[in-house]
Amino acid sequence: MPAVSMTVNGKPVTGDVEARTLLVQFLRENLRLTGTHVGCDTSQCGACVVHVDGIAAKSCTLLALQCEGAKIITIEGLAEPGGALHPMQEAFRENHGLQCGYCTPGMIMAALDIVRRRGNDLDEHTIREQLDGNICRCTGYHNIVKAIAAGAKAMAKGGARQAAE
Amino acid sequence: MYNFTFHRPTTVRQAAGLLARNPEGKLLAGGHSLIPVMKQRLASPTAIIDLSQVEGMAGVEQKGRSIVIGAMTRHADVANSTVLQQALPGLAAVPGAIGDPQVRNRGTIGGSIANNDPNADYPAACLGLGATIITNKRRIAADDFFTGMFSTALEDGEIITKVSFPIAKKAAYEKFKHPASGFALVGVFVSKRGSDIRVAVTGAGANGVFRVKSFEEALKKRFAAKSLDGLSIPATGMNSDIHASPEYRAHLVSVLARRAVAKATA
Repeated sequence: MPAVSMTVNGKPVTGDVEARTLLVQFLRENLRLTGTHVGCDTSQCGACVVHVDGIAAKSCTLLALQCEGAKIITIEGLAEPGGALHPMQEAFRENHGLQCGYCTPGMIMAALDIVRRRGNDLDEHTIREQLDGNICRCTGYHNIVKAIAAGAKAMAKGGARQAAE
Repeated sequence: MYNFTFHRPTTVRQAAGLLARNPEGKLLAGGHSLIPVMKQRLASPTAIIDLSQVEGMAGVEQKGRSIVIGAMTRHADVANSTVLQQALPGLAAVPGAIGDPQVRNRGTIGGSIANNDPNADYPAACLGLGATIITNKRRIAADDFFTGMFSTALEDGEIITKVSFPIAKKAAYEKFKHPASGFALVGVFVSKRGSDIRVAVTGAGANGVFRVKSFEEALKKRFAAKSLDGLSIPATGMNSDIHASPEYRAHLVSVLARRAVAKATA
């Protein structure tokens, strides 16, 4: 089997995988990083969003081998090692931006990509439009939108590290 | 998904060699059409040749009176290109209407054109601007390139490297999105470059993207939305599926063509 190596949440990792192994399978099954979820497996729901070299991507639509040498950040890579949540995670908790939580890792990784592209001062319309690729079946999105606006502001205030670094 | 061998060439020549040695192989650009169909086992290539490491295949630049876009340029990078936004804003607006932000972060112009999905946006932009598709072997006019649903003039071993768009003075795209998939139920790209007037339609035709000569003739007299008043196209040859009837699609073509001309002349 081909070998693949990449950096995941700052740690170098390697593995032997079949060529058809998806990035999300490699993360979940080889590395046991089960925070990245598989919702639809058809590139639509966004539960599997991770950052590849700083840019949000659906890990169900990438082969692990396409990520050879890449830097991957997953939801597990956001909180401080001491346990303090990333401001965007904290904002989701504060604003009750989740119910069942299944879509949340993808929502948060997508939210950080919105901040990367659109900055820290986000209006509701922009957030809703930019969440086009992330589906939530519980919340009706209202609190997710609030959480992202608050999290983006908190990131500016705290000078928080950007997830993708 | 069936298994395959995976290759990462670093030059176009290597990629072409790999294609020649793997007749059942497929090129992988952004992978956001190919990987989903492989998962459904609608495609089962024996080899995947990933173009992401090939040097010089991405970027947007102005060359004289044309905009040249590398085949591996991602939708997000085309949309954000300031060179393109200034020279040809009608084209810059097209990739922003594709998929969702994560898809636009990975999907490429070359992949979209080579796939020639009948509901894709870029084929309309290529045909609607009279683009030239540049491969490792030759230059192909958009008029000759799109040969039918999911089929193109590309030959075995041929790889799209760039797409060259002439800078039209007036150009705009209007898309009627399917509300769930985001694909074009119908999309119309119009442009005017001197006496060259083009109206290209995606999403509607049973054989993929096509030009509407009767609309182009009417717009030659005067490039204004009003010139299309009373004009329509027949429902024959329109696509029919659960999303829309041929009649509805034909109706949308004339509505969107008027809107696109209005946008281009605003």
